[in-house]
Amino acid sequence: MPQTLEKTTKRLRQFKKVCEILDKYERNPAKLIPILQLIQDEYRYLPEEVLTYIATSLELPPAKVYGVATFYAHFALEPKGKYVIRLCDGTACHVKKSIPILEALRERLALSDKIRTTPDMLFTVETVSCLGACGLAPVMVINDDVHGQMTPEQAVALIDEIAAKEGKK
Amino acid sequence: MIAELEKVASEYGDAAGRVSKRIIICAGTGCVANGSLKVYAEFVKRIKDAGLDIVTELKAEGTGDDCNHPTLLQESSSAPIRLSKSGCQGFCQMGPLVTVEPEGIFYTKVKPEDVAEIVQTTLIDGKVVERLLYCDPVSGKQCTGTAEIPFYQRQSRTVLKSCGIIDPEDIREYIHNGGYAAAKRAYTEMTPEMVCEEMLYSGLRGRGGGGFPTGKKWELTRVQPGPKKYVICNGDEGDPGAFMDRSVMEGNPHSVIEGMMIAARAIGADEGYVYVRLEYPLAVARIRRAVADAEAIGVLGDNIFGSGQGFRVSVMEGAGAFVCGEETALIASIEGQRGMPMPKPPFPAQSGLWGKPTVINNVETLASVPIVIGKGAAEFRQRGTETSPGTKTFALTGHVANTGLIEVPFGTTLREVVYNIGGGITDDRGKVTGEGFKAVQIGGPSGGCLTEDHLDLPLDFDSLKGVGAMVGSGGLVVMNKQTCMVRIARFFMQFTQNESCGKCVLCREGTKQMLALLDDIMEGNGTEKTLETLERTARAVQKGSLCGLGKTAPNPILSTLKYFRAEYEAHVYQKRCPAGECKALSKPTIDPEKCKGCTLCAKKCPVGAITGELKKPHVINPDVCIKCGACAEACRFKAVSGV
Ligand SMILES: Cc1cc2nc3c(=O)[nH]c(=O)nc-3n(C[C@H](O)[C@H](O)[C@H](O)COP(=O)(O)O)c2cc1C
Ligand code: SF4
Ligand code: SF4
Ligand code: FES
Ligand code: FES
Repeated sequence: MPQTLEKTTKRLRQFKKVCEILDKYERNPAKLIPILQLIQDEYRYLPEEVLTYIATSLELPPAKVYGVATFYAHFALEPKGKYVIRLCDGTACHVKKSIPILEALRERLALSDKIRTTPDMLFTVETVSCLGACGLAPVMVINDDVHGQMTPEQAVALIDEIAAKEGKK
Repeated sequence: MIAELEKVASEYGDAAGRVSKRIIICAGTGCVANGSLKVYAEFVKRIKDAGLDIVTELKAEGTGDDCNHPTLLQESSSAPIRLSKSGCQGFCQMGPLVTVEPEGIFYTKVKPEDVAEIVQTTLIDGKVVERLLYCDPVSGKQCTGTAEIPFYQRQSRTVLKSCGIIDPEDIREYIHNGGYAAAKRAYTEMTPEMVCEEMLYSGLRGRGGGGFPTGKKWELTRVQPGPKKYVICNGDEGDPGAFMDRSVMEGNPHSVIEGMMIAARAIGADEGYVYVRLEYPLAVARIRRAVADAEAIGVLGDNIFGSGQGFRVSVMEGAGAFVCGEETALIASIEGQRGMPMPKPPFPAQSGLWGKPTVINNVETLASVPIVIGKGAAEFRQRGTETSPGTKTFALTGHVANTGLIEVPFGTTLREVVYNIGGGITDDRGKVTGEGFKAVQIGGPSGGCLTEDHLDLPLDFDSLKGVGAMVGSGGLVVMNKQTCMVRIARFFMQFTQNESCGKCVLCREGTKQMLALLDDIMEGNGTEKTLETLERTARAVQKGSLCGLGKTAPNPILSTLKYFRAEYEAHVYQKRCPAGECKALSKPTIDPEKCKGCTLCAKKCPVGAITGELKKPHVINPDVCIKCGACAEACRFKAVSGV
C-alpha cells in the first residue's frame, strides 16, 4: 500500500534526525534533557512514538522519559502553532496589567485557558512567569522576538499583522 | 597553552588606543526589544556614509585588518570611531541607550531615525543632541551623562560596574580591564585554604536567596575527601520580577566564569556547569561564547596558569521549572532526572552532582568573587553592613518612575531606593504622585510585603528577616494604593501552586487550599473561619514542606495578613475591596466626567438604584444596586465602571 509506505519512509526520516541528536550526546541517559530540547526544536513538540524510541535507545524505562517530559514546562506533548506567543505574567508584568492583554489575545484568536492553539496551527498563546525584561513590563514574546510595554490593542495589532502576512484574516 | 594575560591586555590596549571615540549601544534584552540592533546597523551605515572611519571589531595590530573595511573612504586625519555593543545598563525603560565616549554623553530612547543627527551633531560637530538626553522628571533638568542622572547617581555599581560598558563578547576587553587577574592570583599565589579563608573573611553571603556565607560553603566542600568535585553556577533565576542574574550573564559573562574558576581552585574541582534557564537565550549564547573564548585563549582548560590544575565548564539550559533553582533539584536536573528536591543532609557540599562534593553558587555570588580576591576581602568589607558586607543588585519594578536594575550597598534604606533611585510612586497611568505608596514586595514568591512603616529599614539579610521578609534573589516590586494586597498574595500563591513539584502533600495540597481560600475572600464568600483556616494552613505548609519552595510559599500571605489585615477584614466583613480591584466586590459607579445625563441607565436599572437629572451626571446608590450590569450595558458613553 503506497500510503503506508509513504508513512513509513516519513517515519524513518523522522527517526534519522532523532538518531543524529541521540548520537550527538553519545546516547548518554544523563543528557536526556538536552536531547529532548533538541528534538523538540526539530519537531516543535515531542511526539509519543519519538519518546518511546528515545527510551529504547537510552535504555531507560519509557515512564522515566515520559516523566521528565511532563515535568518541565518547556516540553510539549502536543504540537504548537507556528507562532508561539508567550505573555509574561510575572510580578512586574502582572502589576502593570498583563491579564487584560491575555484576555484580548484569547478573544482575538478564540482561545481559552484550555484551548491554546488555533485550529489552523498558526498561533499558540501561553503565559510564562518572567522573561527577565521586567523593566519593559508588560512583556510579550512572539517566538524569539521580545515586545515590551504592551497594551491589549498593540498586542492584537501584532497578531493581525502576522495573520495578514500569513494570508489569513 | 597558558594564557598570557598581560600580552592580551597590552595588545588590546594598543588597538583600543587608536580609536578616537567609542559609541556603546546597549544590546541587553530590554534594549534589543526596543530596537537597539536596528540603531546599531544604522550607525554603521551613517558613519560610513559620512566618510568617517569606523571599527566594529577591534583586531590587534599586524593581523592586517584592524579595521573591518578594506580602504578608507576618504583621507581622514582623525583616528577611527569604534562602535560596540554592551549588555544591559539597567535603565531598560529608557532604551535603546547610546553612550558616546570619551565624553560620556548618554542618549536615551534612540531610534534609527535619530542616528543621522547624532553622527552629524555629535561625531562631526562635537555637540550634544539635546532632545535625546535624559530629562529628570522631578527637576526638569537635562542630564548629559549618567553621573547627572539620579537613577545612577545614588547607586554603587560594583558587580554591575562593567555591565553596560564592556563588550561582553570580547574576552580581551575583559582582560584589559583587569579580568582573570584574580583567578591568576588564586591559582598561582594562593593555596585553596587561603582562597577559602579570604572568602570567609570577606563575609560574602550567597546572593541566591539564602544568604549562606560563601567562604564557609567552600571550606566545607574543600575538606571533603576524593579527587572529583564540581562547581555549579545557578543561573536559573526563576523568581518572577527578577533579572539581575540575566543581566550579569549577558553583560559580563566572564566575571561569572572567573568566579567559577576561583571556586574550583578553592575546592579542587576540575569540572563545572552553568545552569541557565531557557527563557534567557541571549544569556545562554553569551555564556557559551565566553566559555569557548576562555578556552581558546588558554584561560580555561588543562593546567590553568601553570598550576597543574585543570577546569572545564559546560553550559546546560533548563527546561522551565522554577523548582529547579533549588540546589538539589538543579543537580537532579543536570543528571537528567525530574527536578525534584531531595532532603538535606546530605548537603551538596558532601554529596552533590553524581554523588560528588559540589559547590553550587548563584550568578551574582560568583561574579562578586573576582572582586573579593582581586581587591582583597578587607576592601570588600568597606561597603555594606557588618553582617551583610558588599553591595546587592535589585530588580526595581512596579509602580515607580524609574524601573530597572540597580545596585546599592547593603544597609541602604527602602526610602532611598523607592524615592531617590526609583524616582517616586506612579499611579496607574504612570504619572508620579505624592502619596501613592502602599507596599513593596521583596524577595519574590518566598518574600514578604513591607509597608510605609518600613521605609527607613536598612535593606540587609538580618533586618529583613526580622520583619518577616527576605532579600531573596532581590526582586523589589513597588505597589501603589490602587493595588489590592489580597490579590497580590493570591498572585504569588498561584505561582507557587503551579510550580510545586508535588512531592510533599502539604506543599501540593496546602497551596491549592490557600488559593481556594483567597478566592473565597476575593469573591465575597469569606468568613471569620476563612481567615483562621488560611492562617493555620499557611503555618502548616511552612512547617511540613521539604524544600524552600513549600517552606516559604506562605510568606506573602503571612506578611500581608500581618501588615494589611484590615484589608482582608474589609473583604470578609464588609464585602468591600478597599483598593477597588476585586471585581466581585466592587459596586458599579458612574464617572461624572463621562456621564452625559441621558437617563438611559436609570430607565434600565431593574431596582431603581440610579438617580439623576437630565443632562446632569447620574449616581448609583450602592445599597440598592444588585450589580446586574444593566446600566453598563445601556450606557453608550462607557461612563459606568465596576461591573
Ligand atoms: C524553590 C527555590 C528556588 C530557587 N531558585 C534559585 C535561583 O533561581 N537561583 C539561585 O541562585 N538560587 C535559587 N535558589 C537557592 C538555591 O537553592 C541555592 O541556595 C543557591 O543557588 C546557593 O547559591 P548562593 O549561596 O550563592 O546563594 C532557590 C531555592 C529554592 C528553594
Ligand atoms: S516543598 Fe513543594 S516544591 Fe519543595 S519538594 Fe515539597 S512539594 Fe516539592
Ligand atoms: S446611561 Fe451613561 S451617560 Fe446616560 S445617564 Fe447613565 S451613566 Fe450617564
Ligand atoms: S515580570 Fe514580566 S518580564 Fe519579568
Ligand atoms: S537592556 Fe539596555 S538598559 Fe537594560
